[in-house]
Amino acid sequence: MATTLKPVDAVMVGFGWTGAIMSQQLCDAGLNVLGLERGPWRDTPTEFATGFAQDELRYMWRHHLFQNVSDDTLTIRNNLNQEALPMRHLGSFLLGTGVGSGGVHWNGQIWRFLPSDFQTKSHNQERYGKNAVTDYDLTVQDWGVTYDELELHYDAFDKLCGTSGKAGNLRGIIHSGGNPFEGPRSDEYPTPPMKQTYGPTLFGQAAASLGRHPFPHPGGNLSQSYVNPLGCQLGKCTYCGFCEKFGCGNYSKASPQTTVLPYLMRKSNFELRTECEVLRIELTPDKKRATGVTYVNSAGEEFFQPAEMVFLGAYILHNVRLLLLSGIGQPYDPRTGEGLVGKNYAYQTMSSVNVFFDDKIINPFIGAGALATVVDDFNGDNFDHSGLGFIGGAYIAGMVTGGRPIEMMYTPKGTPAWGLEWKHSAAKNYLRSFNLSIHGSSMSSRGNYLDLDPTYRDVFGRPMLRMTFDFNENDFKMSNYLTDRTAEIARAMNPREIKENRRKGSWSVVPYQTTHNTGGAIMGDNPQNSVINKYLQSWDVPNVFSMGAGAFPQNPGYNPTATVAALTYHAAQHIIARYLKAPGPMVHA
Amino acid sequence: MTKQNPGFARRSFVLGGAMIGAATAAAATIRDGELGAQPRSYRGSMPVQEGAADAPPEVRGSNFKFFTAEEREFIEAAVDRLIPPDAVGPGAVEADVPFFLDRQLAGPFGRGDHYYLGGPWKEGAPEQGYQLRFSPAQLYRAAIKAINSHTSVQFNKASFAQLGGSDKDRVLKGLETGDITLDGGVNARAFFAMLLQNTKEGYFSDPIYGGNKDMAAWKMIGFPGAHYDYSEWVERHGERVPYPPVAFKGRPGWREA
Repeated sequence: MATTLKPVDAVMVGFGWTGAIMSQQLCDAGLNVLGLERGPWRDTPTEFATGFAQDELRYMWRHHLFQNVSDDTLTIRNNLNQEALPMRHLGSFLLGTGVGSGGVHWNGQIWRFLPSDFQTKSHNQERYGKNAVTDYDLTVQDWGVTYDELELHYDAFDKLCGTSGKAGNLRGIIHSGGNPFEGPRSDEYPTPPMKQTYGPTLFGQAAASLGRHPFPHPGGNLSQSYVNPLGCQLGKCTYCGFCEKFGCGNYSKASPQTTVLPYLMRKSNFELRTECEVLRIELTPDKKRATGVTYVNSAGEEFFQPAEMVFLGAYILHNVRLLLLSGIGQPYDPRTGEGLVGKNYAYQTMSSVNVFFDDKIINPFIGAGALATVVDDFNGDNFDHSGLGFIGGAYIAGMVTGGRPIEMMYTPKGTPAWGLEWKHSAAKNYLRSFNLSIHGSSMSSRGNYLDLDPTYRDVFGRPMLRMTFDFNENDFKMSNYLTDRTAEIARAMNPREIKENRRKGSWSVVPYQTTHNTGGAIMGDNPQNSVINKYLQSWDVPNVFSMGAGAFPQNPGYNPTATVAALTYHAAQHIIARYLKAPGPMVHA
Repeated sequence: MTKQNPGFARRSFVLGGAMIGAATAAAATIRDGELGAQPRSYRGSMPVQEGAADAPPEVRGSNFKFFTAEEREFIEAAVDRLIPPDAVGPGAVEADVPFFLDRQLAGPFGRGDHYYLGGPWKEGAPEQGYQLRFSPAQLYRAAIKAINSHTSVQFNKASFAQLGGSDKDRVLKGLETGDITLDGGVNARAFFAMLLQNTKEGYFSDPIYGGNKDMAAWKMIGFPGAHYDYSEWVERHGERVPYPPVAFKGRPGWREA
């Protein structure tokens, strides 16, 4: 029997970036806010101090900061004809857990989507014809929100993080040194770009020689010390090469720990409970309103937490699962195309080209999570797709995030994976090779979706989430085209040899790709095409808000975090300005 | 929350949520995605607790804890072929990879602490990844037995360790490709993939975990190890960074205390 607790104004389900930002906004507006996090507390000096943070085995390969899948995972398959089986070990994506969650062990790559990315359907239809957005069973949509509406919120996230970068488009004026393709920015980045190491520098020179437009990757690894608007101080990055999969001991990587928590935790109207897993959202009998959430803590005690507003911030996979488990919205059925919850799950279409030199020492261990020189000439609709047979694109990055030798050992084509030949190749190439990363979009299509598994259950007896996903023909074509463009740049660097790692075959859960899972609780301009409105508010249960990349109707060719944060700020602004005065639907269908 | 001396901020927490209300100050901390920590409530300050740093678990001693004598023979013979010794750099045996593997399998990794091992169990497609019922320790145990029984039949009662180098490579290749099928419910490819991955882990991870002896694998490739600050080297393009490798416990040449 659940114990009923004292009501709060707002409860956060999960406590990563979205929970931290929304809590800070609502607490500043005077609300009593409670965070429920299923993992443990985490802080910099305790969990990832500089003395032991740079540990490839423990953090990357033993998953020390990641979600432990031993008692709760999801099931996976490539298509409807397969039986989904549990993801028994993390691989393709590395889910977060604990306070700060993925915001602790991300790379800090901070991107805005292009203005046209928010109109994937209407923009591409207008330029390339009606079928461009429905070929290959694509189910892409417009977002129901525009870049212009989100700009000041992107800016707020940049200022929170102290993002290092150089504006390419400042209030409509194109500036050299930045990304000339980006949407207009209202302000310059808070801190200058990171210095570039040898590999990214060579990439930039080669790209420029081919007429591309290279610029330094914007990111939340800081080029200099910075104090953000909440008074939190970040330090200058030391280029130690341990960002993604690791916590930063140096306060140099933007995370909830470094940018929000020191401020938020002191507020008397905020409380955070850890080791508390929300089982479901409780609804009134007519299912029109949430009354709160039921959760169980690690001691096995069950509680009902009443709340005026419920915010899902438990990563897209768990958000969608909670909507399905709580009976909010109609589950998507790929056979009929009906229903919306779980629809348009998408990912990221990654490929790469490795470059090997004889005469150049690259020193790959000098790195940072967002240390790269990038070209954006072939992303989104920055180039003419006429006759290419696909929509979308990718950024191409000459990127050296680190030289962790178990993970980042590049060997030329045809090198065996073991034996003397492998060892000799590792010894010869480690210092003289690096990776060009192709960060491709993932267009949603009819057969890719999330629902509840009919067989496998977690320790609480709840059905696991089932993921059905494979790369579609649009994305293969895009990825091949982008890999060709990347190989051109690679060859222009005059290396000894290159190795193309093309996207081939079905999606596999085994090799790491990205933790950029999107969709399933998508946003849109009306309840017939979306689960939530532009304020992340459920069309069905208006005091439930679903934050995170689950809102993306499809996934553009950029890292999602800045857009996730901008959508959170945007929702917070309108909730505070309007919803609190008159709770109810903020968009009338 | 009462005012606190800012120089002595302490973790403030309430066990089991607000309704329980029993303040406690000594519950064991747990970090990591490991399961079983106590539920806590935090309010009013950044909780920092002295003496709580989550330092890496150092391997101590030199005795083997997991492998039997027969298993150890197999492991030494196998990793010696996966990363053989020569003048270029250490082999996996010289780098103490067998000891690393032993301690990994004797601990949380061996128990499958980060694996979902619940049923039902089906083979699945390769894209669905690891689908065995075995924890890593169970898989090593079952696979070594099955491989020795395979070589016993194929090579006139010889164990894997008794084979010549090229025969060992042929068997390893057969496991890698799945051309060899094993008894006892062991998926040969799944075992080979795990063995090769773990071998490279032992070769290149911090010596605190028992492998990468004398950081010789890092020296071979030129990786400086757990180095904290490369700021001065970022724009010195193409220069060799002269730092010898350093591990969590320092390096030879540091002055004795």
